[in-house]
Amino acid sequence: MSGYYHDVGSRRYRFESLKTLMACATPERSGDQLAGIAAPDSETRAAAQLALAEVPLTRFLEEMLVPYEDDEVTRLIVDSHDQAAFARVGHMSVGEFRNYLLSHEVDSNALAALSAGLTPEMVAAVAKLMRLQDLVLVARKCRVVTAFRNTIGLEGRLSTRLQPNHPTDHPTGIAASILDGLLYGNGDAVIGINPATDSTGAVVTLLKMLDDIISHYGIPTQSCVLTHVTTAIEAINRGAPTDLVFQSIAGTQAANQGFGIDLAVLREGREAALSLKRGTVGNNVMYFETGQGSALSANAHHDVDQQTLEARAYAVAREFSPLLVNTVVGFIGPEYLFNGKQITRAGLEDHFCGKLLGVPMGCDVCYTNHAEADQDDMDALLTLLGAAGCNYVMGIPGSDDIMLNYQTTSFHDALYVREVLGLRAAPEFEAWLERMAITNRQGRIIVDQHLPAPFAHALTRA
Amino acid sequence: MTDHPAGKDASDTVTDNPWRQLSEHTDARIGLGRAGGSLPTAPHLAFQLAHAQARDAVHLPLDTEQMMDALNARFDQVVRLHSRAGDRGEYLRRPDLGRQLDEKSLEQLSAMNVEQCDLSIAVVDGLSARAIHEHAATLLDHLIPGVESRGWSVGPVALVEQGRVAIGDPIGEVLGAHMGLVLIGERPGLSSPDSLGVYFTWQPQNGRRDSERNCISNIRPRGQSFESAAKLILYLLDEASRREVSGVELKDDSVVDSELGDGSQGNFLLPRNQRS
Repeated sequence: MSGYYHDVGSRRYRFESLKTLMACATPERSGDQLAGIAAPDSETRAAAQLALAEVPLTRFLEEMLVPYEDDEVTRLIVDSHDQAAFARVGHMSVGEFRNYLLSHEVDSNALAALSAGLTPEMVAAVAKLMRLQDLVLVARKCRVVTAFRNTIGLEGRLSTRLQPNHPTDHPTGIAASILDGLLYGNGDAVIGINPATDSTGAVVTLLKMLDDIISHYGIPTQSCVLTHVTTAIEAINRGAPTDLVFQSIAGTQAANQGFGIDLAVLREGREAALSLKRGTVGNNVMYFETGQGSALSANAHHDVDQQTLEARAYAVAREFSPLLVNTVVGFIGPEYLFNGKQITRAGLEDHFCGKLLGVPMGCDVCYTNHAEADQDDMDALLTLLGAAGCNYVMGIPGSDDIMLNYQTTSFHDALYVREVLGLRAAPEFEAWLERMAITNRQGRIIVDQHLPAPFAHALTRA
Repeated sequence: MTDHPAGKDASDTVTDNPWRQLSEHTDARIGLGRAGGSLPTAPHLAFQLAHAQARDAVHLPLDTEQMMDALNARFDQVVRLHSRAGDRGEYLRRPDLGRQLDEKSLEQLSAMNVEQCDLSIAVVDGLSARAIHEHAATLLDHLIPGVESRGWSVGPVALVEQGRVAIGDPIGEVLGAHMGLVLIGERPGLSSPDSLGVYFTWQPQNGRRDSERNCISNIRPRGQSFESAAKLILYLLDEASRREVSGVELKDDSVVDSELGDGSQGNFLLPRNQRS
C-alpha cells in the first residue's frame, strides 16, 4: 500500500505516509501548525480521521513514523513489542479498536493484559478518533498501581504532588509551603521540589531536608528533587537520601539528547535509586515528566505530530517501572497548545495514552499567562481527569508557582475534586492524615485554629 | 462598593489558618484559609486580579514613543525595529518569527553603516511591555556608567516590537558587535507582571544557541535589584571580554541568588538538633 486516502463526495484526500495521515488526523493544535504538519483545513482533518479509522493496527508494526535505524526509542518500542498480548486486537483497524475499547466486555483486566501488545503509535492513533468522553471512559477502566512508601493509583484514589518551590530555595519558604500542603491533606504522590539551583551540593542539601521532615513526622510519602538524572546519580554517590530519581523525557532519541539523556543513563539512574532500598511497600523509584511539544522545541520531531511523540515518551517511561509520570500539559506555552480547549484535550489524550500503555499517569494541570486559558479551564480539566481516574495532580499554595512562574492546581483544588467525585488520598497517607487529626473519616479537612500538636510546635520555632 | 467588600471574609464560615504569619517569609500563597475545603472569596478574587494584571501585561502594546524618548535621552543613536511577527496573535503562535527582523528593519539597520562596535543593546517588548516601560530605563541608568568607564563603543540602540530573545542575534550581526545585550520583558508570573530579563551573547549572530547565552532574570523592585543586576551584567561582560565566550562555558546559564545555605537556617519544621 502506498499512501492513504479517503473520498468525500468527488474529492479524494490523499496522505502520502502514515505520519502525514496521523498529523492531519490530529485535532487542531498550535504546535502542529507551528511545525507545518497540521491539516490545512477542517475537512482535510475529518477525512484524515476517516482514513485513519480504516488503517489496520498491524500497519503500525510495518511503517515506522520515526526510523528504526536512527532512533533508540523506536528500537525500544519495536523490540519490546509483545506479539502474544497484541494478538487479541491484531486483526482490528484503528476504528474497530476504538469500538473495542469502549465496549462493556473490555474491563481493567483485559486492558492490563493488552498494554504490552500496544505501541504508542497505535494508542495515539485511536486517541485521535476519540472525543473527550471516550478518553475519559476508557482511561477510567485502566488501573496502573505503583508503590514506594505508599500505594498510588488505586481505584477511587487521587493523590497529589506537594510542590513547595521557592525562587531562592529559602528553607523557611520551602518549609512554609510544605506545612501548608500537609495541613491541606496534600503530598501523598511525592513532596517534590524544583530546585532554583542545579548544583549537586544544593540538591544533596534539599534531599536531606526533605528526608528529615518525612522521618520526623512519620509521613508515608516519598521525596524528590527534580534535577537532572546525572546530578541525582552524583547526589546518590555522595550519600544523599534519595527516594525517587527524576528526569524530563521525550519521544525521540534526538529530543532526549536535547535533555542530555539516553536510555542507558536512565537505566543507570534507576539502578542507583534501587540500590538504596528505601521503598517500604514498593520499589517504583523513577519519576518522569513529559509534555506535548518538547520534541519540536528541540527540533527533534521528525515531522511527526506532537501528540504521537508524547505517547512515545510513555514507551520510554514504562521501560523503567516509574512510580509517577505526568504530562505538564500547559507549561510549554501557547505556541504548542494555544488555549484552554487545546490544553484540556491534550491533558486527556496524554492521560489516556499513558494509562493504556501501562504507565502510572498523573497530570500537571497548568497554564502560563500568555496562553488563552484561565482557572475555569483548569477546573474543567481537573474534573475530567478526576472522572478519568487520573493517579495524581499537583498541589501548590494558591495555584501560584512563584519559582517557575506558571499556574497549576492548588491544595484546595485537590480537596474540591476529592469532594465532588468521592475520591480519597492514598490509603497509607490517608491513615496518617486521620491520625494527625488533619482530616476526618470522610477525608474532609478539620484543621482549625488549633493545629495538630507537632505542627503547632513547629510554628513556635518559625 | 458595599459595606461588606469582598476583601473581608468576616463571616464564621471561613476558617483562617494560624500559619498565615509565615507569609512574611515567602511570596507563596500560603495560609489562605478555607470555606469548606475551597478558597474563600478574598484570596480567590486576589488571584483573579493578579491573573488579570499578568494577562494585560502580555497584551499591552509597547509604548514606542515613550521608549524612543527615553532611549534618545541616553544614547547618540537609536533605531526602532520590528520583528517578522505582525501582531501579538502571530507573535504568540510563531516564536520563530519573533526571532527575525522584518525586511524594512533589516534595511534600516544596514543603512546605518555600522561596521563594528563593542556592544549592541536591544530593548525588546517580549512578553511584557510593562517590564520595559517601567524598568528598562532604570536598568540602563545603572549600567551606562560602567560601560562608559570601560571605554566600550555602543552601537545604535534598538527598540524592537514583537521580539524574542534571539532577535538580538541579527541585530548584533549587522552591527558587527563583539557583545550583545537584550533587555526583554519576561513571561509574566502571577505576582510579577513587570519582570525584566537581560540576555548576554558573545558575538551575537544568526544561529546562536540558547546555551551560548547568559541570563539574568527577574529584575524588578521586588525581585533582583537594578544595582545587583547591573553588577552581574558588567561582570559577565568583563569575563566574556577576557575569555571570548558566553553561555554555559562562561557560567551557569542562569544566575540565581540561592538562600538555601546548609538547609537548616529557618527550617522551622525540624527541631534545631534534628537538622542535618
